Amino acid sequence: MIKESLLIKNGRVVDPVSRTDAVKDVFVSGGKIAAISAGVGEQASQVIDAAGCIVMPGLVDIHVHLREPGREDKENVASGTAAAAKGGVTSVLAMPNTDPPIDSVENVALFKRIIRCGAKVNVFISSAITKGRQGEEPVAFDLLKKNGVVAFSDDGASVDSPEILLKALVKSREKGFLIICHSEDRNLSAGGAVNLGPVSTRLGLKGISAESEYRRVERDIALAARAKARVHIAHVSCAESVKVIAEAKKKGIKVTAETAPHYFSLTEEAVLGYDANMKMNPPLRRREDLEAVKKGLRDGIIDAIASDHAPHTENEKEVEFNLAEFGVTGLETELSVAVTELVYGGVLDWMGLAEKMSFVPASILGIKKGDLREGRDADIVVFSPHEEWTVKREDFVSRSANSCFLGRRLKGRVRYTICSGKTVYAAE
Amino acid sequence: MIWTRKDLLGLEELNREEIELILGTADSFKEVSSREIKKVPALRGKTVVNLFYEPSTRTRVSFEIAAKRLSADVINIAAETSSVRKGETLLDTGRNIQALKADVVVLRHGFSGAAVMLARKLDISVVNAGDGWHEHPTQALLDIFTLKEKLGRIEGLRVCIVGDIAHSRVARSNIWGLTRLGAKVTVCAPKILIPPGIEQMGVDVGCDIEEALSKADAVNVLRMQFERDARDAFPRGIDYFRKFGITRERLKKTGRDIIVMHPGPLNRGIEIASDVADGGSSVILEQVTNGIAVRMAVLFLVSQAHDKRISAD
Repeated sequence: MIKESLLIKNGRVVDPVSRTDAVKDVFVSGGKIAAISAGVGEQASQVIDAAGCIVMPGLVDIHVHLREPGREDKENVASGTAAAAKGGVTSVLAMPNTDPPIDSVENVALFKRIIRCGAKVNVFISSAITKGRQGEEPVAFDLLKKNGVVAFSDDGASVDSPEILLKALVKSREKGFLIICHSEDRNLSAGGAVNLGPVSTRLGLKGISAESEYRRVERDIALAARAKARVHIAHVSCAESVKVIAEAKKKGIKVTAETAPHYFSLTEEAVLGYDANMKMNPPLRRREDLEAVKKGLRDGIIDAIASDHAPHTENEKEVEFNLAEFGVTGLETELSVAVTELVYGGVLDWMGLAEKMSFVPASILGIKKGDLREGRDADIVVFSPHEEWTVKREDFVSRSANSCFLGRRLKGRVRYTICSGKTVYAAE
Repeated sequence: MIWTRKDLLGLEELNREEIELILGTADSFKEVSSREIKKVPALRGKTVVNLFYEPSTRTRVSFEIAAKRLSADVINIAAETSSVRKGETLLDTGRNIQALKADVVVLRHGFSGAAVMLARKLDISVVNAGDGWHEHPTQALLDIFTLKEKLGRIEGLRVCIVGDIAHSRVARSNIWGLTRLGAKVTVCAPKILIPPGIEQMGVDVGCDIEEALSKADAVNVLRMQFERDARDAFPRGIDYFRKFGITRERLKKTGRDIIVMHPGPLNRGIEIASDVADGGSSVILEQVTNGIAVRMAVLFLVSQAHDKRISAD
């Protein structure tokens, strides 16, 4: 028997890279996938009976706010990665809007120390595009990349100046790094709290128009085309953005896009009643937008699903709706929401789900994850596809419980999460 | 019909019977204000707190008088002189008022949804005295009460609401209340002040005041506050008055008697001509008087429902 080995038996293995979809055993040794076949003969120190379960690459979530350093009351690396593990996520891309922001080699070094001490899953580092996310002074892209930064984003804000973004994009092509755009024209969205339309009218709240999103998506893509660079659009929420991205892809522009589970499962109607847990940016949109996002996922216009996990304390949400922070948590619910809405909703098959939540987001970042082939890192999620559960405040391991799915009944439950061969989560 | 809600947050959530119950209760309380001793003991021993985060004289005084005529004790808190200035949250302020054993909080707040949020978190009654652009239910109730008093019914009436619909809580509450009682509502405003999807609240939309008046039994004239967008379209008050002002000529042109309402305070010569405001069709001061009876009814009903709920526990 090999020391520190793991055998996952009889699960339905779904691997988007080898296009495997069959009941097989997965043998893990030394933190790597050692063998995948029907009936692995090896003895292992740990055996997981995965009969009736799906065995997929661990999820790769490229939009996560871990809040550390600076806002450890909302979340820290330890709690955020524990939440990831519970949700079947084995790799996260941490967003740089911390305090201090991740925009310098020194702050990257600080963040790396935090990760080394507390992370339960793989944490990949993104840096701001501009110093302090102020949209003015570019960061030292090359140096930051050499120090392990895999992507750059001013997330939470858009780089308003086309010149600065264009320069960053040109550099990204030359040096081979990724720019992620939070596409929002604040001249159009400032002061808004919910989607502009009948719901904002009923609630008497200033609306955030779809224009504020898709016009900026258009601009960001146009700049990427001019720079001949790759660009990734974060949290796509509206039909028009999907259309803009589809047209760009048709022209051969190197654009990728992600959406978040709430945009394919909830509409603006959920905000009626002023529940601040339904407040995020971009906001929940119309039914047509939800359908367009689903179609975009099915048609390959939207490449990836990412949670935009944005923890906030209860105090920051239990205030007047206008004053409540934007954002919802998502790491612990994203897989189940995607299973419920997309797989059982007939939008994606299991292979499609594995692609959108593991291999494709990993490829967007250029990291070797989301891949169950022999020799790869043993980052695996084992989940029972039929099991139902109810989202409850008290069950979150995240420090925050600002979920827009509280009280929802979901299908698909994570049984085990394995990261580099180690079991980082096991359901009771 | 029994009133069961501990709060009054808006008219959107009320059904026809509930609105009629408030109006009926107000009707029976109206007479109190014309007595020599203007007081009944209905809320004796109860404490009503007026918690006002926005300046307001009319609404606050009206609630205060209403509570006093019901023999309640009334405390007024204006946010600018309270611990709100020390950074206390709305919820904490509310919890403290509850801990002081008040029975009803009357909340005026600049943010939409503030009363809904507070009511969800407190056990005591919350009455919305205006939240942002969302609702101002007692204003709409007194408008409807006055209309009904004047014309004998609401069902089938054609009411035109003119002014800044987008930013008006008075408009929203009137739309919900009037449509639920079977009136036909038209909103009339410059396009820029018509919020998207307003038709889905069950109203017609018009941008021509004369056309809108030609089909109306009553007009509710909103106070113009000229938000940024509106100022771009109408740099001076007189520009707005020319296009949308309610004037004697415009009313005369319809060939009918149209009741003129206004929630106050008036901008004479901007949204309404002085001679109209003071003229025979105007019920503006009667609205103010009726506000007391309507607020007495609301305070009475919510406290009663709350008492019943406690005794049921």
